[in-house]
Amino acid sequence: MSVTLQDVDKIARLARLEFHDEEKETITHQMNDILTHIEKLNELDTSMVEPLSHVIELSNVFREDVVKPSLPPEEALRNAPSSVDTFFTVPKVIG
Amino acid sequence: MNTREPFDTYRSKLSSGEETCEARVGAYLSVLAERQTLNAFLCVFGSEAHEQARAIDVKIAAGTAGPLAGMVMAVKDVLCMKGTITTCGSKILEHHEAVYDAAVIEKLRDADAVIIGKTNMDEFAMGSSNENSAYGPVKHPLDETRVPGGSSGGSCVAVAAGMATTSLGSDTGGSIRQPAGLCGIVGMKPTYGRVSRYGLVAYASSFDQIGPFAQTVRDCARVLQVIAGHDERDSTSARVPVPDYLAAITGSVDGVKIGVPKEYFNDALSAEIRRALETKIVILEAHGAEIIEVSLPHSEYTIAAYYILATAEASSNLARFDGARYGFRADGAKDLTEMYTKSRSEGFGAEVKRRIMLGTYVLSAGYYDAYYKKAQRVRRLIQNDFFEAFTKVDCLLTPISPTTAFKLGEKMSDPLQMYLSDIYTVSANLAGIPGISVPAGVDAQGLPIGLQLLGKQFDESTLLNIADFLERTHS
Repeated sequence: MSVTLQDVDKIARLARLEFHDEEKETITHQMNDILTHIEKLNELDTSMVEPLSHVIELSNVFREDVVKPSLPPEEALRNAPSSVDTFFTVPKVIG
Repeated sequence: MNTREPFDTYRSKLSSGEETCEARVGAYLSVLAERQTLNAFLCVFGSEAHEQARAIDVKIAAGTAGPLAGMVMAVKDVLCMKGTITTCGSKILEHHEAVYDAAVIEKLRDADAVIIGKTNMDEFAMGSSNENSAYGPVKHPLDETRVPGGSSGGSCVAVAAGMATTSLGSDTGGSIRQPAGLCGIVGMKPTYGRVSRYGLVAYASSFDQIGPFAQTVRDCARVLQVIAGHDERDSTSARVPVPDYLAAITGSVDGVKIGVPKEYFNDALSAEIRRALETKIVILEAHGAEIIEVSLPHSEYTIAAYYILATAEASSNLARFDGARYGFRADGAKDLTEMYTKSRSEGFGAEVKRRIMLGTYVLSAGYYDAYYKKAQRVRRLIQNDFFEAFTKVDCLLTPISPTTAFKLGEKMSDPLQMYLSDIYTVSANLAGIPGISVPAGVDAQGLPIGLQLLGKQFDESTLLNIADFLERTHS
C-alpha cells in the first residue's frame, strides 16, 4: 500500500491540518518511506494472537459517586484565546 | 562548588551546616548562565528557587526536612506546574499557563526538593535528538555541534552540565534512557503505571512514563522513591507496593542472572559500543553474575509496531489542541473548522504534523485492522518475548543506541533513519517494563557510551542494584 497526494489531502482534512504543495510532496514521500518499513509486520502470522491494549494488568476502578472540588470556571478560562462570561467563544459554526 | 557532585555525597555537608541549599541554588544558576548556548532551559525560577532554598535550609537546621531537602531539580516542560508557562516545546502552547500541578510536582515539593526551572524538549516529546523544539535545539554539553539525544534533552543536559542535581523527564520510546546514554549520566524509565501521569501532557498514553535523570544510581533511586506510587487521578496508575529502593542497592551482583539478547548485538551496533559492553559483561561475570544468552525473536518488528501505535495515540491525544480552549489561535478564520485547521497548521511543527498524519492514516476507515490492530497483536508477541526471557534471567543487558551522540542536522532530513535509532529503547515501552541507562565508558572521541538494563515489571530494584555496581566499576 502506498499513499498518494490525494490520500494526503484526505488525511490532512481528517486531522484538521493543511499543507503547502511543496510540504505535501515531502510528507507523501516520507509517509511512504515509513509505511514501507511498517509493511514488515505482514511477515508475521498473528491470526491467533490477541491484540494487546494494556501492558499491565488493570481492572476497572469503582469509586463512590460523590462531588469533589474541580477547576473553577475562571481558572478553566485562564488560557482561553477568547471568552465571554463563563463561556469559550469561537467563530460561528453555521454559515 | 562542584555542581556535578551527587546529592548522596553533599547531603551530609548540608546537615552539618558546612553548605547550604541556597548556596547550591546560586552555584547551579551561575553554571546555567555560563552555559546558555546549550539551550537546556525554557524557563528559570531564579528568585523563587532562592526563596524556597532559604526555607529548606531552615527546615534542615531544625531537623524537619523532607527526603529530597537540598536537592535542586529541573523538570521537563511537559509537566504542568501551577502558575508557570508549560509549552511542551511547542509554539501552540507558547503562552499556556498551567492551572494545576502534576502529581510528581506535588510529590517533589512535599519532599522539599527545589525546582529551578523547566527544560527544553522535542515538541510534545516527539524526537530522538531534541532538534524538534520550537525554541531551538539543545546542544550536547561535551560538543555543541552534536545532539544530546531526545526527547528529554533539556532535562538530561541540565544534570550532565551541572545546572541541577537531578531532573525529571518522560520516556515514551526511549526519551529518558537515550539522552542519558548519549550524555553519560543515569536515566530511568520506571515500569508503566509505577509513576502517576496526572499532569503530564500526553503523547502516547499507553507508553508514556515519567522518570529521573541523575549523576548517580543512588540519586536516581532517591527521586524514584518519592515519585513512585498509586494515584487515583491516573486510572492506569498501578496499585503495587513501592519497595525501599536504596535498601535494594547491596553492592553485590553475586548469583544474579543477566540475559544478553543476541538480536541487540547486531550489525547496526558500533564496534566501540559492543566492546565497551563486553568489558562490563566480563566484570559482572568476574563478580559472580551469571551471563546467559537469550533471544527476543520479534526485535526486528519493534520500530514498526511502535510507530503505528504511538502515532495513532498521538493523533487522538493532540486533537485537543484546536485553538478553542487554550493555546494558540490563528487570526482571521471565517468559521470553526477553518479556525481549527489554521491554528493547528500554524501552531504545530513538522515532526508533530508528520506523526499526526501517520496516526490519522493508520486509524482511518479501512486501515484500522491492517495497521492498528496488527500492531497491537505484534505488541503482544514482543511482550511475550520479554516474559519468556524473564523466566530464565533476572534482567537483560543491552546497548542504548546504535552510535554515540551524532551531529546536529545529521538525521533531520530522513525521519525513518531517526526512528530506526530508537531500535534498542522502544521495546521496553511496548512491553511496559522498566529500563535504566548507566555510563559504560567513552568512545575514541571521548563521547559517552551508555549501557541499558531492562527488568521485570515493577522490579526497578534489581536494575538499580546492578546499575549501581556497574557505576562503581566505571570510576
